[in-house]
Amino acid sequence: MKIGILAVQGDFEAHQKMIERLGAETAFVKAAADLEAVDALVLPGGESTTQLQFLNDEGLFQPIAERGGKTLPIFGTCAGAILLAKEVKNPAQASLGLVDMTVVRNAYGPQIESCVTRGITTLSDQPIEMVFIRAPMIERVGPGVEVMARRDDKPILVRQGRILAATFHPELTEDATIHSYFLKLVRDER
Amino acid sequence: MAEELTFSTDPQWRVKVGLAEMLKGGVIMDVTNADQARIAEKAGACAVMALERVPADIRKEGGVARMASPKIIREIQAAVTIPVMAKARIGHFAEAQVLEALAVDFIDESEVLTPADEENHIWKQSFRIPFVCGARNLGEALRRIAEGAAMIRTKGEAGSGNIVEAVRHMRAIVGEMKRLTLLGEEELIGASKQLGAPLDLVRWVARNGKLPVPNFSAGGVATPADAALVVQLGAEAVFVGSGVFKSSDPERRAHAIVKATTHARDPKVVLEASEELGEAMKGLDVRQLDEKELLQTRGW
Repeated sequence: MKIGILAVQGDFEAHQKMIERLGAETAFVKAAADLEAVDALVLPGGESTTQLQFLNDEGLFQPIAERGGKTLPIFGTCAGAILLAKEVKNPAQASLGLVDMTVVRNAYGPQIESCVTRGITTLSDQPIEMVFIRAPMIERVGPGVEVMARRDDKPILVRQGRILAATFHPELTEDATIHSYFLKLVRDER
Repeated sequence: MAEELTFSTDPQWRVKVGLAEMLKGGVIMDVTNADQARIAEKAGACAVMALERVPADIRKEGGVARMASPKIIREIQAAVTIPVMAKARIGHFAEAQVLEALAVDFIDESEVLTPADEENHIWKQSFRIPFVCGARNLGEALRRIAEGAAMIRTKGEAGSGNIVEAVRHMRAIVGEMKRLTLLGEEELIGASKQLGAPLDLVRWVARNGKLPVPNFSAGGVATPADAALVVQLGAEAVFVGSGVFKSSDPERRAHAIVKATTHARDPKVVLEASEELGEAMKGLDVRQLDEKELLQTRGW
């Protein structure tokens, strides 16, 4: 099993470190051909406008939009969650439309509002550490979307089929709970 | 990791370094107005640096270079959704306080502006906004990190359009880090003394072979190949100052540099990015500059 990590811009190395710690193989995805060699894809944190441009330039947008959730399980964090959404606001922006949710960019404000908190997810009784960096907010989720964690009542970790999206950065912590769960989704052994 | 730095578990610190992590693999562009900021964002910049004059103009026009006016910064903040950085003078903590009140996303304590304090840099640990600082060697980088910098960039020679100094600084930082990894425990105190850097940071680098914060490159990047060069030498992202908006076709050049940064190790893509570009900025031979004209010797 090989986990692809979109490596055009952002904290893709942090995801790599976490996934390799869990014993899975990884490969960086920078072009459409790289997608053929992986069983799943991580969309890392970073700047969604920059990443979106690379997805278009490299011809990655279409294949990910077509295969996502079907033959390609995906895990997106922060910017990655923005790319996965059906609708993006503040401002409106193209997206893969793979998770039935509306995401508002930079909804908590500029960097000065970034923070580390702890929160409960449906994955464990123990709170896990959550790093929010210029985070987006999930404003709405459709009926097919499972909300796995909330902050101030707003969803922050959601799943639709084999696609997982977090508005925070589990890859910037030592806690592997969410990445382990994603690997289970990839192996289809929930 | 055998031991953590005392400050590395502090949530405030992790959030600061976290934003620096998000900028990796990207290009941060100097802009002087909202239009340029929009061009930069559209070209794929991962952040913009708001300033009143690009370094090439500061060099040409002379005078005291200060923090940009709040009006310009606000206009740029309103124009883009990517992070907005702004420069404060070395040691000018009141300018940094104003930038924090403006809620910029990152502050560059920069040698490009006229230093306000020739003895002391800003004590960056007391701010909630992350700082980036320039460095020419490992000792300088670690002193800035000790003060609280969440990102290091090479100083290079800003506004020169000449990559030679950025290369010198990146090679110095990476080379000195490699050397530390070969030293025995008993040699690290001597190294700390020689580098003029705190022992805990010297130890951390010796064990990990890298800086505890992202290491970017700045100062002289003018072409896609320049960007590809510094990334292959170890830069995790690239700052472009005068190189974009002092060239003949800023939009294309901006996009080309972004592309070459991501695909730095793929010469075919760097070639593609280098084609059909207009003229690069003219550039300066740094050797012809007078010692007092150098920006990189500001700060210590």
